[in-house]
Amino acid sequence: MALDKNGIAQRIAKEVKDGFYVNLGIGIPTLVANFVRDDIEVEFQSENGILGMGPFPFEGEEDADLINAGKQTITALPGASFFDSATSFGMIRGKHVDLTILGAMEVAENGDIANWKIPGKMVKGMGGAMDLVASAENIIVAMMHTNKAGDSKLLKKCTLPLTGVGCVTKIVTNLAVIEVTQDGFKLLERAPGVTVEEIEKATEGKLIVEGEIPEMVL
Amino acid sequence: MIKKTVNNVQEAIEGVQDGMTFMLGGFGLCGIPENAITALVQKNIRDITCISNNAGVDDFGLGLLLQKKQIKKMISSYVGENAEFERQMLSEELEVELTPQGTLAAKCQAAQQGFPAIYTPAGYGTEVSMGKETREFDGKMYVLEEAYKADFAFVKAWKGDEAGNLIFKGTARNFNPCMCGAAKVTVVEVEELVPAGELDPNQIHIPGIFVQRIFQGKDYEKRIEQRTVRPKN
Repeated sequence: MALDKNGIAQRIAKEVKDGFYVNLGIGIPTLVANFVRDDIEVEFQSENGILGMGPFPFEGEEDADLINAGKQTITALPGASFFDSATSFGMIRGKHVDLTILGAMEVAENGDIANWKIPGKMVKGMGGAMDLVASAENIIVAMMHTNKAGDSKLLKKCTLPLTGVGCVTKIVTNLAVIEVTQDGFKLLERAPGVTVEEIEKATEGKLIVEGEIPEMVL
Repeated sequence: MIKKTVNNVQEAIEGVQDGMTFMLGGFGLCGIPENAITALVQKNIRDITCISNNAGVDDFGLGLLLQKKQIKKMISSYVGENAEFERQMLSEELEVELTPQGTLAAKCQAAQQGFPAIYTPAGYGTEVSMGKETREFDGKMYVLEEAYKADFAFVKAWKGDEAGNLIFKGTARNFNPCMCGAAKVTVVEVEELVPAGELDPNQIHIPGIFVQRIFQGKDYEKRIEQRTVRPKN
């Protein structure tokens, strides 16, 4: 059975290792924090200027001066720090953040990503996405394998305006875990009960299938 | 001690004129210079170019200047959450320049620190880099982005002293420090203005040399855009 959004987040959480500084995008990536093992130490960065971001505040304890990049009220954990936007993107550009997890509308087999603009629709802006994808070495995309119309989001070439070129390293979808290699999308794992054929059918770009593909362990 | 205090927001914004370029601190509605925005609305300064990460919401923040059609051009990284903005953008009354968030911060900071331009990897290979100089360093491609030139920077800090030294609070810091000294005149409003000597010099985030005018702000609303809480138990 294909995974739901929480399932995708749960699988991605396994990529989060002890000692990692992690930047989570809006949407499915935000859910990843709920599934990170509690026996490891991880710090979440939000690009508006906090490291050591904690959960939402208790009702009545919201602080207008303490929000995340999604403009939601948050809390700061012990060991947290605040900094300005230039320093924040210095951390990102300087590759001090170990892992970036973000959503996408399209990913191409060479690692190009499109996630900020649909021509003809209201453009809200790229926010920090272009800085994140251009700088991070370890970028995991969390998304559904196909769009609402049923078309593949894993393409030979992106059709939408790009956010970054050749930058995505891994993709976790409702159907599969895929590594982006020089030769194309390499299938690493299948969602529970999903067949290789189903994944092939849902993938427009070149899909490399080598040997037995294991089922994901969540 | 070189004193930077002015009596009120009206004195603080003296010299603003139609057609000028302003930097305004804040991320969403967090850490925005509320008093300066209100004063710019009242003074009816028009044809402004605003460099600000966001454009406020319909009835708060930069949305107040948009409502009165005072803004000619917005330079931002993200401009959702604002219907009037969308209407003006689609009808081409408003010019919009979308810039990656880290690049926006870097272009402010470059202006502050005397760099004419910086190289950034952000936006390479996308429409953001179109028409811009690009260059390879160690096998990776970068885009040349020029420092902003602005007439006024409007900044909000938590505490400040008469000498213009500033301390920010929480994530209300965001773009504010990057904009100090990045324009010809930096105007700072604070929640608490104290005499020189009261702030610990070890704790200063921005030294007063980057500030021309500082004043005690008032009536802060500090609106929350996305109130998210968890139940107590």
